[in-house]
Amino acid sequence: MSAGTPVIRLRGVHKTYAQDRVEVHALRGIDLTVAAGEFVAIMGASGSGKSTLMHILGCLDVPGDGDYWLNGQAVRQLDSDALAAIRNRDIGFVFQNFNLLARTSALDNVEMPLVYAGVGKAERQRRARAELERMGLGERLLHHPSQLSGGQQQRVALARALVTRPALLLADEPTGNLDSATSREILALFAQLNRHEGLTIVLITHEADIAAHAGRQLHMRDGRLED
Amino acid sequence: MIWTTALQLAVRALWRNKVRALLTALGVIIGVGSVITMLAVGAGAQERIARQLENLGSNNLMLRSGSSLRGGVRTGAGSNTSLTRADAEAIRSLPGVLAVSPTVRTGAQALYRGSNWGTIVEGVTPDYLKTRSWGLESGEFFSERQVAAAVDVCVLGRTVVRELFGLVNPVGEIVILKGLACRVLGVLAEKGAGNWGNDQDDIILAPLTTVQRKFMGISHVDRIEVQAAGKAAAASAYKEIQRLLRARHRLQEGKANDFRIYNRAELASSAEESASVFAWLLGSIASVSLLVGGIGIMNIMLVSVTERTREIGIRMALGARRRDILWQFLLEALVLSGIGGLVGVALGIAAALTLGSFSEFEIRIAPWSVALAFSFAAMIGVFFGLHPARKASGLQPIEALRYE
Repeated sequence: MSAGTPVIRLRGVHKTYAQDRVEVHALRGIDLTVAAGEFVAIMGASGSGKSTLMHILGCLDVPGDGDYWLNGQAVRQLDSDALAAIRNRDIGFVFQNFNLLARTSALDNVEMPLVYAGVGKAERQRRARAELERMGLGERLLHHPSQLSGGQQQRVALARALVTRPALLLADEPTGNLDSATSREILALFAQLNRHEGLTIVLITHEADIAAHAGRQLHMRDGRLED
Repeated sequence: MIWTTALQLAVRALWRNKVRALLTALGVIIGVGSVITMLAVGAGAQERIARQLENLGSNNLMLRSGSSLRGGVRTGAGSNTSLTRADAEAIRSLPGVLAVSPTVRTGAQALYRGSNWGTIVEGVTPDYLKTRSWGLESGEFFSERQVAAAVDVCVLGRTVVRELFGLVNPVGEIVILKGLACRVLGVLAEKGAGNWGNDQDDIILAPLTTVQRKFMGISHVDRIEVQAAGKAAAASAYKEIQRLLRARHRLQEGKANDFRIYNRAELASSAEESASVFAWLLGSIASVSLLVGGIGIMNIMLVSVTERTREIGIRMALGARRRDILWQFLLEALVLSGIGGLVGVALGIAAALTLGSFSEFEIRIAPWSVALAFSFAAMIGVFFGLHPARKASGLQPIEALRYE
């Protein structure tokens, strides 16, 4: 990635999908550029299209119309294997409900992306352990999600998102299931990763005080972005 | 994804639902086990029949005198007196014929000192041992010359020896048959029960001429057993003998044979065929249970895919390709059927051996039947695992992630 190439560049992105035979026009022409090292918050009410945007940014879905370049690479032409590789290598996800595998240790959860990257077992364990220790969970490597608090679970999820060293962290309502103290803790962690490691973060939320932690705030309304 | 990791993942996923995995594998275990047991029973039966036919002499032709027609009354087979020893000698000179054994039978009470025993006396020639594939346990058999001279000698079957002599060695002793003192020349080897449960060792053999003239007062023979060089020779001898005997008996064109001729080789092949049909029938009934086991696997894998939709979504979001998901679920099905197959093989062999030792069934576990049952189980794993696995790998990442 050459300096100056934006991590995200969207131009004229539309997305329409059918829900119960009714066409829903979720995105109506999105233009967005996020430079490397930015911390951007996208706010909007439910139904504003912000989840759809998140799916497209995360390569879980492809634009219906318009173009998306991730690290300068056009996403539209890619097949499902190539999209899987991008999700594995270039993007880290953090979800509102953590999405950890139940009855699976923190270590195994964090190792999972490395499994699909084809990393050998010893190397996998070393890197997953290091990432969990960085998140302050060195004592809880073998705990299952049900044995961890919400904040701890979200930190496991964060370790899992970052273990492949992605350029972009996508966070979908990451504090939605946390109390305010834990929320602040997680957001502080985000800010620290952004500032000290230059991690590009796109945060999606409907709460203004959460969005306030980001460097840039954008609003979504009826499938369009407003400043 | 790395193979060992994928396999580990599959085993771990199954381990999380131990009881469910066990019950699912049980279908395959029972299926494989019963296929192996049933094929073992079938193969055992086949082997038993083959051995019995060998005992009988499977390249043999058997001749009996035919029925006769006297004043409109048709008597049964063997009731006329058309076959003679001269016929037998004529047959002996045909090509492809190894041995010819004309016989007559009669019942007799055998006496030895204080004891007596009712049995059958068969008048035979030395070729008898060849056509019946029989041997001597001790002593010797009478010679052609002794047959020609109608000497009063005999050879005893094991059962007769046991009943009359107990532990005494009968060779050289004198047995009284129908008032005639016969010297015992030898003892036949034990042959066991015949096809219809008759005791083949309950017999006394004497020279054909002795029995014909001194016991029965006849000059014809009841049967002529012909041993051919092979199956093909038996078939050609079958035709040759008919032609020869019709000429010798001066039967005109269009007149029925006054003898009957049976080809044991044909009997043998039809018996072998029915035994193999029996074996396959048992095997295919058992394989139905294996099929049901496979459906059990598919059922549980479909449930598992639905239950783990969200997990599939998470894996896809973190970089699992469709084929990674496909293999994950296919491997789980394969591990289930593979382990089920292995346990089934062990259980099937154990069941077959138990059956063999506690029942009359003869058991023969062929290595190919074990290989067949196991590979059938593996194939069932692939076949019934593929649909759920494709269903899992075909999920859209977003929808899978949203699934509650």
